[in-house]
Amino acid sequence: MRPMRFLFNLSFRYKAPLWGSLLIVSTAAIMSGTLLFRAYDDLKSGLLRNAESQGRTLATSLFPAILHDQVWRAYEILKSPLSGSSAAAPRQLEVLVILDREQKVYAATTPGTLPMLADFGRLSPEYASVAEGIARPGSEIRVFEPSGSTRLFVVTPIADEDARVGTLVQIYSKSGLRSRFLESTLHAALATGLVLAVLLPIGWYWGQRTAVPLMRLTERMEELGRNLPDSISPELYDYEDELGRLFRAYNRTLQQLREKAAIEREMVHSERLAAIGRLAAGIAHEINNPLLGMLTALNTLRRHGEPDARTAKTLSLLERGLTQIKHTVAALLVEARAKSWDVSPGDIEDLRTLISPKAHDKGVSVLWSVDLSGPVAVPATHVRQLLINLLLNAVHASDAGGEVAVAVTESGGVLSIEVINGGQTLTEAQKKCLFEPFVNAGDTGHGLGLWVCYQIVNQLGGSIAVDSGTYDGHGLTKFNVRLPTGEASANDR
Amino acid sequence: MITRRTFIAGCATLALAPVLTPARASLPQRALRIGMTPAFLNDQYRALADWRLYMESKLKRRVEFLQRDSYRETIDLLRLAQLDFAWICDYPYLYLRDYVELLAVPLYHDQPYYRAYLISSGKYPQIRNMRQLRGKIFAYSDPYSSTGCLVPRYQLHMMGEDPNKFFGRTFYTYSHRKVIEAVGDGLAHAGSVDSIVWDALDTIKPEITMRAWLVSQSPDYGAPPLVVHRAVPREDVIAMREMLITMRYDSQGKALLKRLQLDGFTAGERKLYDSVAGMMRALGEY
Repeated sequence: MRPMRFLFNLSFRYKAPLWGSLLIVSTAAIMSGTLLFRAYDDLKSGLLRNAESQGRTLATSLFPAILHDQVWRAYEILKSPLSGSSAAAPRQLEVLVILDREQKVYAATTPGTLPMLADFGRLSPEYASVAEGIARPGSEIRVFEPSGSTRLFVVTPIADEDARVGTLVQIYSKSGLRSRFLESTLHAALATGLVLAVLLPIGWYWGQRTAVPLMRLTERMEELGRNLPDSISPELYDYEDELGRLFRAYNRTLQQLREKAAIEREMVHSERLAAIGRLAAGIAHEINNPLLGMLTALNTLRRHGEPDARTAKTLSLLERGLTQIKHTVAALLVEARAKSWDVSPGDIEDLRTLISPKAHDKGVSVLWSVDLSGPVAVPATHVRQLLINLLLNAVHASDAGGEVAVAVTESGGVLSIEVINGGQTLTEAQKKCLFEPFVNAGDTGHGLGLWVCYQIVNQLGGSIAVDSGTYDGHGLTKFNVRLPTGEASANDR
Repeated sequence: MITRRTFIAGCATLALAPVLTPARASLPQRALRIGMTPAFLNDQYRALADWRLYMESKLKRRVEFLQRDSYRETIDLLRLAQLDFAWICDYPYLYLRDYVELLAVPLYHDQPYYRAYLISSGKYPQIRNMRQLRGKIFAYSDPYSSTGCLVPRYQLHMMGEDPNKFFGRTFYTYSHRKVIEAVGDGLAHAGSVDSIVWDALDTIKPEITMRAWLVSQSPDYGAPPLVVHRAVPREDVIAMREMLITMRYDSQGKALLKRLQLDGFTAGERKLYDSVAGMMRALGEY
């Protein structure tokens, strides 16, 4: 049981070729075995047929000779079948004996071992069993194969009607039969060997051809629980059978799993951003209320109190600090639902004016491409805030003397804004938490610009994507914002 | 390969051909019928055929050879006067003495004698004499053969044995040559054969005699005679005897004799066979 189990546990890499080979070898063995068995049978029955017809012929000519007691004549008849056979073929007919009615040797082709008058049954145990068989009544031709004997005895009564004068015994050597059988066995073995020499490598190759892709598939499937493995190259098994379909199904599943994983990652990311947003907004609100109170109290104190110079200095220090807190908190408080007007080409024009001093300072040229026929139903304050943030980042990231390209288009209910700049690109780490607050705080800003952009886009139900990389040796960073347009706002400017 | 013998035979045939054809065409008389028996090497069929043609050309008569394997058949044919001449054994000659008379006697080594050989199989080399053959298997050639049957029976008789009971089993082969084969194969322990046949075979087919060996030989007896039926006209008897005796003096005849392993024929005398008659008498068969 255990070795069987071991066999079944084997890898397909060995099992498939092994089973194939086993099948081929056993088929070949059974086929040739059957044919050989059949051939031996044919050989033997051929021999017996010949023996019987010869026995009948001889018995007919022997009858008168024995009846007239012509020993010499009988002996000559007896010798005739032996003289004709060729020396090359193995002589199967060894001895012919005539027995008289008392089972004494009447004449034999080998008088030396079967002398005339000898009692046939007493010459050897082999002959004894044959003699016993002859003694049994019956007038047909009979065949005896004494157990353990290498010879075959064909016994023909020498009789005319009921008058039986003796018995003819033809003794055949089975070794002749065996040598011919061995010869055909050798031929069969050679032919089988040739067939196997052709079939076995084909079977082995076929087994490998099936097993190797299966192994690759298994390895990957086992990996699937831990992480997402590589796809399988379809060239490995490019057929339409079950294995090929399995391959394609695997690749399809893998693709789906990858997509799912990407979506999950995205979701986790945006949920985190949303949570941070909620947290920031909550804190901002909590701070905003006492802050406004403190600023009002400070203002009242300055206006109605009469502080000395030292206190006035302290008050102004307090006011500046509180104002900075107010600005920061205001930046965190992105209120998309604030009232606004629809964005128009004029708003974009304003931004162009606003950014140009900064660009000019750094020697960066800004290329504008605005394709708006009229107002678009997206809150203008947010678009302005969004675009100014992106533009400031772009100019900041550009090398001196570089270019920044801006494209604003509207089609099919989507307002699309693209800001492209050259210069340094974003690192992978930067990309990962690009839209989180304070993460990218540099020497010039508080690091809230992109976070604010994200919050705005999110609240407007749009999307923001970044693509940053090196093209033809130049660093390129592209922000793409897509905002759905709503119904035209009633508010006018 | 052309042996000397076949060459001579060929010459003889060529020489006879022109003489023969007209002779055969005008043969008015009845054919002479000659019985041939295993008294000599009667299985030399080619030589016999040539001998018959030779006889026809010499006698200017048609000649027929009637071959019979057993003496019994030839004896019957002679008795019924269906044969004019016959080459038989001593025993049948004496047995038929009222019907036939001596025509000629063959010469072997220039002598009109032959002997009986007691031979034994090479497989039984311990056999040295007749006495050892008690209960054994013995091969006779023909019941009417003197060397092949009468001589061993007479010897047993002289030993005080009953020839019908001495051996375990006997059988007849109806040919001296086959006796040699039966003994050589070991089918029989021993046999008795004609010295002429044995010697001839020893010369031309030694593979047959090789497997048997000579145990003893008998005294000389008159060689197997050619006999003529008493009813045959005198002139035919004389012509035939003349032809036989003169064979050895012409080249064709001499070549034929050589092929038949003979030296020639002589007229012979009745008394050559007295010793055989004596044996027959001893066994009560004369």
